[in-house]
Amino acid sequence: MLLSVIGYAVLALVALGALGAVAGRFKATHDVVYGGALAASLVLLGAALLAFGHGDAAETLTLPIGLPWLRGHLRLDLLSAYFLMLINLLGAAASLFGWQYARHEPEPARVLPFYPLFIAAMSLVTIADDAFLFLLAWELMSLASWLLVLSTHEEPDTSHAAYVYIVMAATGTVALLLAFGLLAGSAGDYSFDAIRTHQLSPLLAGAVLILVLIGAGSKAGLVPLHVWLPLAHPAAPSHVSALMSGVMTKVAIYALVRILFDLLGAPDWWWGVVVMALGAVSALMGVLYALMQHDLKRLLAYHTVENIGIIAIGLGLALGARADGLDLLASLALIAALFHVLNHALFKSLLFLGAGAIQRATGERDMERLGGLIHRMPATAVAFLIGAAAISALPPLNGFVSEWFTFQAILDGAAFPQWLLKFEVPVAGAMLALAAALAAVCFVKVYGVVFLGRARSDAAARAGEVGRTMLVPLYALAALCVLVGALPSAVLALLRPLAAYLLPGGPVALARSSWLTLVPFDAGRSAYSGFTVLVAVAVLAGLASLAVRGLASARTRRAPAWDCGFPDASPALQYSAASFAQPIRRIFGSVAFAARETVDMPEPGDARPARLEVEMRDPVWDWLFAPVARAVAYVADRINIVQFLTIRRYLSLMFAALVLLLLLVAVMQ
Amino acid sequence: MTGALLTLLQLALTLAAAPLVTGIVRWVKARLNGRRGPGPLQPYRDLLKLLRKETVVAENASWLFRAVPYLVFALTWLAAAIVPSFATGLALGGSADLIALVAILGSARFLLALAGMDVGTAFGGLGSSREMMIASLAEPAMLTVTFTMALLVRSTSLPHIAEFLLSHDVGIRVSLGLALISLMMVALAENGRIPVDNPATHLELTMVHEAMVLEYSGRHLALIEAAQMLKLVTYLSLIACLFAPWGLDVGAVPGHALALGLESWLGKLLVGALALALFETGMAKMRVFRVAEFLGGSLLLGLLAAVFLYVSQGL
Repeated sequence: MLLSVIGYAVLALVALGALGAVAGRFKATHDVVYGGALAASLVLLGAALLAFGHGDAAETLTLPIGLPWLRGHLRLDLLSAYFLMLINLLGAAASLFGWQYARHEPEPARVLPFYPLFIAAMSLVTIADDAFLFLLAWELMSLASWLLVLSTHEEPDTSHAAYVYIVMAATGTVALLLAFGLLAGSAGDYSFDAIRTHQLSPLLAGAVLILVLIGAGSKAGLVPLHVWLPLAHPAAPSHVSALMSGVMTKVAIYALVRILFDLLGAPDWWWGVVVMALGAVSALMGVLYALMQHDLKRLLAYHTVENIGIIAIGLGLALGARADGLDLLASLALIAALFHVLNHALFKSLLFLGAGAIQRATGERDMERLGGLIHRMPATAVAFLIGAAAISALPPLNGFVSEWFTFQAILDGAAFPQWLLKFEVPVAGAMLALAAALAAVCFVKVYGVVFLGRARSDAAARAGEVGRTMLVPLYALAALCVLVGALPSAVLALLRPLAAYLLPGGPVALARSSWLTLVPFDAGRSAYSGFTVLVAVAVLAGLASLAVRGLASARTRRAPAWDCGFPDASPALQYSAASFAQPIRRIFGSVAFAARETVDMPEPGDARPARLEVEMRDPVWDWLFAPVARAVAYVADRINIVQFLTIRRYLSLMFAALVLLLLLVAVMQ
Repeated sequence: MTGALLTLLQLALTLAAAPLVTGIVRWVKARLNGRRGPGPLQPYRDLLKLLRKETVVAENASWLFRAVPYLVFALTWLAAAIVPSFATGLALGGSADLIALVAILGSARFLLALAGMDVGTAFGGLGSSREMMIASLAEPAMLTVTFTMALLVRSTSLPHIAEFLLSHDVGIRVSLGLALISLMMVALAENGRIPVDNPATHLELTMVHEAMVLEYSGRHLALIEAAQMLKLVTYLSLIACLFAPWGLDVGAVPGHALALGLESWLGKLLVGALALALFETGMAKMRVFRVAEFLGGSLLLGLLAAVFLYVSQGL
């Protein structure tokens, strides 16, 4: 029942896309597409929430269409429902935002057909129950988002971003295709039911893990496969960026969880080692990349890499713990990862939509040309502040809850019997703590440079607040960040059954939590109550202000800034984004990015300005992608001669190929 | 009910004692420097004077600048009420563990650093940037200390750790010693003490915390200074709770134990203040980029503590 509702809603989204393609030029189409996308997302969101009422019982549906030997299978279980809920919660917010944001799009026909298609494809990935439909939806998702990135084709960076994106997306899909091939085995039944019962040898299962990490990991943005993400996500229109960064990366996490925890069977302990290591490196490198950025949207995209890393640390811990039979730890780590999936989707979409509002108001993405927006855009400023504090994992907001769970799982990591895991866990924990602390540095930089201080350009000085339709989704997401942070038990009500479903048989962590207090194991070990912290801070701040009102002088005077007696006249003398990150660049940049600073100080009497030049290199690009690109170019050059052979040589080449194939068949039999 | 009363008592006592601790540190430092120095009660007078003065707010300061002192004070005060200082039965003890405590103090620092950027001056930005840099290095070190405690006690809940250490004979362990040194280095950095930052400096280019709050005056400055003093007491109480929980009232005998708990807490604060003053007098402030090495050392000590525990527990 629910599944057919979901199916029709997805079809409706596809139809909206078709409408956008046919009638994209008309004004009314814009309202129909965005209004329709909003309505469809709300229906899908409601259906996903209702699905949680069904408990473990999955609903399946076989479509009358599909391949001749494989009908399309749909299935709605708790895992699908959780991600479907996420996609459409954020889809609804982005549609509402885009309704006004994209109204003055110069070329609506480049966005309108693909936007609803994008949401439809992501929703379809979560309910696909056979490899064919899954990959079809996956490719549809990639292509729709790629076309949306190309909608800003007039900007100089877009074509490069789109090129890198399509190469990475194609590579990822090939890896997933091979992974499903291995999963299905030689019998070739590609329905997920058959895959579940098919047992793989440890070697093949390991190969599937690597392929899935390449396929889904590249889409999620795990280092070193993240290179396309900070190029492509910012290039799209902001409401699409919010969906790409906040939601599409989560669909990749869905693929990881679906394959590793559901389809692939019992894990090996080294899987945990690999996934956790990738996660820890992604978390740290992501935030370091972000700190070096001064393009607001690109910085946010790099933070997606960081947060995907945090999620991967949780998934890695869960895999390792499950392999070692530490069920309680496995469930806590899995809940931590899935909780962070929701949290990151909430605050990253909020921040991207906020960046969109800033771009609409000022036309700027470069932080060095913004400043003082808290005066010009007060409503956006409050919502963005909540998002910035949430992503910095500050209590009592939501980002802290899932990071706290991850830390609690890490602190229990001594239980692993393998020494490699035992030692990896505290190192990953220290890297996670460093990443979390650096994220706070980064968002002080973002908020301080963009919203505080004085305007650094005319565009920023003249900015005005955006319209109400754009503020509503911002505030809805900000409210969710606060609510989920203060009362996380509502989310746990969804996540604990989900963890029990994915890790059958074992106990599920957080059994002793109440609506007020989170207790991962038992109260003697650790507990946290976001609600108490929120209320206590409010009460104590109230007390302080009452006491100050009673004791202190209320006289207040506005005066020029003090600044040690030398107030600087020009806003250019404020601390900029680059100067704020300079200490971090000195400490970490020389190792991570081979950063070199050269100061060109003119001699006294020389009137030319002093210059500071910073040179940074991307290690992933230098060490991985550039050699691969060179190798591909080299091979292509060599093969190029095949294009100019005589007919005789072509024929002999074909003959050789035929002989080779026949030989192969003979040997195989 | 007793938990709530104890919490109220602790809220009141930490607030009352915080300026005294800072005053003692300053007074002892002055004596060690061969100056007479103002008496230990001077910070009370300073705070009162600041409260009575007119507050000057920079022309382009936003609402954030005016709200932050109250929030920072409240967050720090809450942190002070979470650490078991004289009794473990605090009502808020179960609402935040060691990790959450550090994060609550992190929230306060986040807000203060934002306020430093609000007016849009060079010094404010410099202070915020450096304060956040130092904090980002201190936090992983703090986590490794937490990790060591969690390995030893299997808990990150502060009252539980204190009760465990009081009731079990954990002996003298190398790991605990390393973790203690690591935590003390973190505490020096977090409180902006020598050798990381100089709380008494008036030379602009060496200021970190002071540069960040440069634009504050009057009642706002009083709240921020009080928060800073509370933070020092919180860290001293934290070190005492984790490494010297002796005398703590664990709720066995009401009344008598409480008096003992209070006495021993005041004694520990006094010892901590004296040790801090001695240490600061004997050290020079280091260049700001040496701080990375200092805190990196703290991180490695913390990791070493965890590794030693693994090895000793594994064999």
